[in-house]
Amino acid sequence: MDMPTPNPEVLAKKARIVARLQEVLPADAVISDEAETRAYECDALTAYRCPPLAAVLPASTEEVVAVLKVCHEEDVPVVPRGAGTSLAGGSMPTADSIILGVARMTEVLETDYENRFIRVQTGRTNLSVSGAVEEDGFFYAPDPSSQLACAIAGNIAMNSGGAHCLKYGVTTNNLMGVTMVTMEGEVFEIGGAHLDAGGLDLLGVICGSEGQLGVVTEATLRILHKPEGARPVLMGFDSNEVAGQCVSDIIKSGILPVAIEFMDRPCIRATEAFAGAGYPDCEALLIVEVEGSDQEIEAQLERILAIARTHNPVELRESTSAEESARIWLGRKSAFGAMGQINDYMCLDGTIPVSQLPYVLRRIGELSKDYGLDVGNVFHAGDGNMHPLILFDANKPGDLERCEAFGADILRLCVEVGGCLTGEHGVGIEKRDLMVDQYAPEDLDIQMAVKDVFDPKWLLNPAKVFPLAASEPRRMAAE
Amino acid sequence: MMTPANEAALAEIVAGAQTALRIQGGGTRAIGAPSDATVLSTSALSGVTLYEPGALTIVAGAGTPIAEIEATLAAEGQRLAFEPMDHRGLLGTDGVPTIGGAVAANVSGPRRIQAGACRDSLLGVRFVDGAGRVLKNGGRVMKNVTGYDLVKLMGGSWGTLGVLSEVSLKVQAVSEAVGCVLLHGLDDQQAVKAMSAALGSPSDVSGAAHAPVGVDGTPVTMIRIEGLEASVAYRVEKLTALLADFGAEVVVERDAEKVAAGWSWVRDVALFQGGTGDVWRLSVKPTDGPGVVAAIKQSQPEAQVLYDWGGGLIWVQVSEGSDVRAAVGQGHATLIRAAEATRARVPVFHPEPAALANLSARLRKKFDPRGILNPGLMG
Ligand SMILES: Cc1cc2nc3c(=O)[nH]c(=O)nc-3n(C[C@H](O)[C@H](O)[C@@H](O)COP(=O)(O)OP(=O)(O)OC[C@H]3O[C@@H](n4cnc5c(N)ncnc54)[C@H](O)[C@@H]3O)c2cc1C
Ligand SMILES: Cc1cc2nc3c(=O)[nH]c(=O)nc-3n(C[C@H](O)[C@H](O)[C@H](O)COP(=O)(O)OP(=O)(O)OC[C@H]3O[C@@H](n4cnc5c(N)ncnc54)[C@H](O)[C@@H]3O)c2cc1C
Repeated sequence: MDMPTPNPEVLAKKARIVARLQEVLPADAVISDEAETRAYECDALTAYRCPPLAAVLPASTEEVVAVLKVCHEEDVPVVPRGAGTSLAGGSMPTADSIILGVARMTEVLETDYENRFIRVQTGRTNLSVSGAVEEDGFFYAPDPSSQLACAIAGNIAMNSGGAHCLKYGVTTNNLMGVTMVTMEGEVFEIGGAHLDAGGLDLLGVICGSEGQLGVVTEATLRILHKPEGARPVLMGFDSNEVAGQCVSDIIKSGILPVAIEFMDRPCIRATEAFAGAGYPDCEALLIVEVEGSDQEIEAQLERILAIARTHNPVELRESTSAEESARIWLGRKSAFGAMGQINDYMCLDGTIPVSQLPYVLRRIGELSKDYGLDVGNVFHAGDGNMHPLILFDANKPGDLERCEAFGADILRLCVEVGGCLTGEHGVGIEKRDLMVDQYAPEDLDIQMAVKDVFDPKWLLNPAKVFPLAASEPRRMAAE
Repeated sequence: MMTPANEAALAEIVAGAQTALRIQGGGTRAIGAPSDATVLSTSALSGVTLYEPGALTIVAGAGTPIAEIEATLAAEGQRLAFEPMDHRGLLGTDGVPTIGGAVAANVSGPRRIQAGACRDSLLGVRFVDGAGRVLKNGGRVMKNVTGYDLVKLMGGSWGTLGVLSEVSLKVQAVSEAVGCVLLHGLDDQQAVKAMSAALGSPSDVSGAAHAPVGVDGTPVTMIRIEGLEASVAYRVEKLTALLADFGAEVVVERDAEKVAAGWSWVRDVALFQGGTGDVWRLSVKPTDGPGVVAAIKQSQPEAQVLYDWGGGLIWVQVSEGSDVRAAVGQGHATLIRAAEATRARVPVFHPEPAALANLSARLRKKFDPRGILNPGLMG
């Protein structure tokens, strides 16, 4: 993976930059020792690593302002970081950059049940936002599988989704306001407890901007009352086509399950060997979950099962207890771990129109043979967000490169059938150079023009999202 | 008036424009300060280009009449989740509202509190920027984080960043059953509390409105439930029990046509149709609503109001030429209906803090370097 050459002038003045940061932050909030900065050398895309010049851990919006002012004056690139669980290399540093971590900013600032929002500092983890309101029956809906670790900061920057977003939407649909500091150190309050923007929808463009427009320090999030209950059913089919058709028929019937998850045979076999959830050995498996009171659940499941039966399932398993529900979810939840048990894997997340599911799975199967690498598919079928997991051996020379080439082919395929490169993980460095397959040069130019407005010097997370060649003139002009 | 027949012609017109353009969907009257700019109509960029009911997505030209979209969806038992209002009654105009206009104005009705705003249903856009470039962002799939989300930015940009040529939207199924719990006689404060209680319950409320002066002249608070018959029956009962504490007379309406008529009345602000005076639309924190209304009534005792969105959206009718913005703390107020003289004097959109206004202005400059798209409308 190409990264820009570190700016030698910045490297040369490390001591001065660190000293200036120490002036504005408590001593233990500036990390410059080479052994310690290693902790920040990568995120969950571990194939690429580079320790930063230094890392800072501010505890408040004011401290973030102070840090950014110093970095802006010194022309130092800044890479914002939440919990470092990005799968796209979104928070990977460059050698001439400062990591600005929000891990110390975890406070709940306001909880308001009447108006149904919570305001938090963005270093708070996704799960502990729900945790803060759980006792009162509420929850924060977007639930990425990484929710135990990932921070709201990263969720906002990546516009993260979760298993239940078919019903509740992704981060952007649940974000009401932010406090954001620009690279110049200016603080903006955008949105809040009221709905919709008075002027341009800046909140909409900040969410999903991958830490390139500003550092988000506080967020107002919509909270909802928990449903009375939830129950999954498991369905096995003897072809991907039929499973895909079943998904489409359920959606067309007017019932909106909270989740429709899909696993193909390689993935079913791997999870069976790993977790022993008792899944049937079949081509394709669906887990459909509905929510509500007992009566409501019964009524929805009755319809869903009737639809499933018209597709001759090889298995239909209803849950009658919390234990059975847990067992149905067990395999799905351990899918990544199971694949990881077999080998190293790369997780993609292209999205496709649901109608293209059978075709895309067939093509992935063919490509898998061409490349000689196994792939398992597990994904959110209701919204077409795929997660092909390509298995490779990191210790085998050339395997990673082959895996990346395979991955790129799959993502191009997603775009070809009317989908996109990434549904929830973000572009980061990983898909940066594929952006030209989805967007024409002028489409990328207008996006970069937005960054010009928020960060004229291109110091915030500069080497991400856009192909390096496309962003080079802007990054150079800034230096 | 110029009416390009396709996107390429639209791009040519914008690129070659020597003067300001006023972008028009089906609107029959200028929004904001009166302007003598050349009208550019999108009405010929019309037609549904792709509709996949099994994927809940529709793609259409920006000039497609909303009515045509709704009819296409209805044939498959689907609808636009955001329930766009029809402004014609309120404004006394008779154009043909277009989907591009609804997107450009981020028009969202009562279901906004449950299903999101128009921008939340918007999956992708094609548009022509002020330099005449044809651009796209987003696509037609439900989850897409590829690059910056300019889709949201274009939604609600009122034609100041570009002329939309095509939009793709997420749609939803029409619910099988519907019910409405009506509370009679609550004052504004109690009504907002009751709506908060309903919205804060597991009942998945899809509409919560309060009219201090309802159709029969007395206060009415309306809570809507949509879903499968079994769900609606169950939740209506639950809500009735939950709201009993407020001491109001509770009536349950299960007749689908009557419920629909009631919510159209809210959605299209029928209360102020044919009325005199200016109409403002306020977005505030729901529990701030009654206080904001009380403040407006201090100087405008005759003011009439309608609360939607659980109290967070307030429609206010005041005497001509008055500015209600001072009463709004956190939130914003848009001037929807007023005489030309007022619109020339009072900005339509809520003035933003200087730094934010500056940021927005610099953004507009990138999209429209010559300042020819609806100039002056948003600042
Ligand atoms: C202050 C105010 C005044 C309003 N006045 C009217 C009115 O007089 N008549 C009426 O029918 N509705 C009016 N509306 C409501 C709203 O604009 C309409 O309901 C709209 O959503 C219906 O579509 P339309 O085609 O009529 O839009 P229009 O009223 O024609 O346009 C609405 C806005 O969107 C822009 N726009 C329209 N199409 C595009 C496009 N393809 N690309 C980019 N921008 C576009 C216009 O420039 C305008 O700023 C008003 C709303 C407000 C807030
Ligand atoms: C096992 C596993 C499962 C996952 N499952 C899902 C899933 O189901 N759905 C999903 O969407 N994602 C998933 N992810 C991806 C990842 O967890 C999300 O992208 C998450 O939102 C990243 O959050 P973070 O706090 O770890 O951010 P980081 O990795 O630290 O950073 C992510 C991005 O956010 C930016 N950023 C961080 N803090 C700020 C800030 N304060 N202001 C501005 N920008 C900032 C960074 O610069 C970077 O670009 C998964 C990851 C793993 C490892």
